[in-house]
Amino acid sequence: MFKYIIKRFFMAILTIWIIATLTFILMMSIPGSPFNDVSDKTSNEAVQENLEAHFNLDQPPVIQYVYYLKSIATFDFGPSIKKPNDTVNELLGRGFPISFELGILSIIVALISGIALGVLAALKHNKIIDYMAMTIAVLGISIPNFVLATLLIQQLAVNLNILPVATWKSPAHMVLPTIALATGPMAIIARLTRSSMLEVLTQDYIKMARAKGLSPYKVIIKHALKNALMPVVTILGTLLAGVLTGTFVIEKIFAIPGMGQYFVQSINERDYPVIMGTTVFYSAFLILMLFLVDITYGILDPRIKIHDEKGD
Amino acid sequence: MNKILEVNDLHVSFSTYGGEVKAVRGVSFDLYQGETLAIVGESGCGKSVTANSIIQLIPKPAGKISNGQILFKDQDITHYTERQMRNIRGVDISMIFQDPMTALNPTLTIGDQLTEGVRQHENLSLKDAKEKAIEMLNLVGIPNPEERLQQYPHQFSGGMRQRIVIAIALICEPDLLIADEPTTALDVTIQAQILELFEKIQEKTNVAIILITHDFGVVAKIADRIAVMYAGKIIESGLKKEIFYNPKHPYTKGLLHSIPRLDQKNEKLIPIDGTPPDLFSPPVGCPFTARCPHAMVACEKVYPLRHEESQSHYVDCWLYDERVKHITKINIKPKEEYK
Repeated sequence: MFKYIIKRFFMAILTIWIIATLTFILMMSIPGSPFNDVSDKTSNEAVQENLEAHFNLDQPPVIQYVYYLKSIATFDFGPSIKKPNDTVNELLGRGFPISFELGILSIIVALISGIALGVLAALKHNKIIDYMAMTIAVLGISIPNFVLATLLIQQLAVNLNILPVATWKSPAHMVLPTIALATGPMAIIARLTRSSMLEVLTQDYIKMARAKGLSPYKVIIKHALKNALMPVVTILGTLLAGVLTGTFVIEKIFAIPGMGQYFVQSINERDYPVIMGTTVFYSAFLILMLFLVDITYGILDPRIKIHDEKGD
Repeated sequence: MNKILEVNDLHVSFSTYGGEVKAVRGVSFDLYQGETLAIVGESGCGKSVTANSIIQLIPKPAGKISNGQILFKDQDITHYTERQMRNIRGVDISMIFQDPMTALNPTLTIGDQLTEGVRQHENLSLKDAKEKAIEMLNLVGIPNPEERLQQYPHQFSGGMRQRIVIAIALICEPDLLIADEPTTALDVTIQAQILELFEKIQEKTNVAIILITHDFGVVAKIADRIAVMYAGKIIESGLKKEIFYNPKHPYTKGLLHSIPRLDQKNEKLIPIDGTPPDLFSPPVGCPFTARCPHAMVACEKVYPLRHEESQSHYVDCWLYDERVKHITKINIKPKEEYK
């Protein structure tokens, strides 16, 4: 187990290095620089040169790359070019907890409601409840979250006035963004749970569990659901990535002060340190999440062993 | 001896998109304590459906017992509700499935799967249940039971798993054990061990066994009585000796001729030509008519009257009717005749 974690750790570093390098190449290849904003009256050539020198942008790309790798290695991405009062780490520290809260909340809501809906649909296979659940699922998959968000605001916040329109202050503020963000993943989870549950329910061990005279609750939760959740865990990693990046759009709509605004702005403004910082940070976070998902496999299914291969 | 089970005129049908499949069409038999009844027949003859409907594990709502009666220890359990059945399943009637590779839940430990039934039914503490589980694993011949309880099914071989399945079925000391092709998925050497285990267990617990199989080798080893099923009906039934040495129905004869034998050199196996009838619309007469070398006009029109060869041996076939002697020419199909 320990060896496995070490191995995964080095794999993660390699992955982050590749992502960082690709990001760097992409940043270098897009035209423009942080200082050629025409609307900025104060900028003149002398000031611009000074600034470039300050952020090492006058150096050749190879040297910049070395500085860049150094900043990743020390987790110090330096100050933002466009927001001189903030360092990248401060931006992350301020924005990420909110984005994380929204993302995790949505994933939890999506998991619970998706699994419940899927199990219900499987148990009532080909009955009205099944059809209703699957209609909800299809709607959830096909309606983009920004459309749903707008509809929710229009109906629940503006017309009925029962929930706040925007921002991120109290639990009531969290309801609409969470629903908007959770619906897509919920629909995917519901469909997966349903089909995998239907398959598991025909297995011999379910019949065997019933032949033991166990209660339906035990047969479904203990014997069927644990096995049916494997595919859900598989896509959980991808869903997490989707939800965490999906927060950017939702944050914009609900005016939530999360990471999204900084990320999108930084790309438009060529704010190199912020682009680097957020990209590397998000990659590291996703790699960690995927690692947790892999560990969950081993817990759910004992046949999947997380162990050290012989001789390594 | 106590009568454990009595099945009277059992009809089971399944409604499908294509129509109603009459899988079991009037099956009657009884079973006494400590006895082994083998239900033999080819695939799709209704033997598994018969077994599953006793414990009400046929897929619902598609399948239903449309007629007949199942008496377990003189109690009519035919129309018991799910709740009532739960108190019978595992406790009074247990079931063993064909494939031990799929009958155990891969994500739960053996110990958990062994004890959950007995804990639910007998309210045993975890410790007592564990002791009982160890006792059962000893009985079915699994070494180091204490350690083995912590392990998962994939850590056991096929034969071991079937032993565990048997242990699970027996842990609440049932009166009736239904074994649905318990050895079909196993190696021949393991088959013999499992059959010996059945014999040992029966001797020890006096449990009645219904053995569903298509393997006459298995039947020869452990059955006391045999019921031969064809197209949803028991067409011949008798003691093991009677069926093996004095088979009456052409179908039974055909089955016995299609088994390879060691004591006869170069003997060709004689297959039974054709396939069983369509159970969407089963024939009114004898269902074997189309494949039978001795078929007569009457066979197609009317289901045979029961001919009692002895007190324990009966056969549903027109060939043994008194009146057949007076028919001058039997319509024998141009085909090699069975002995």
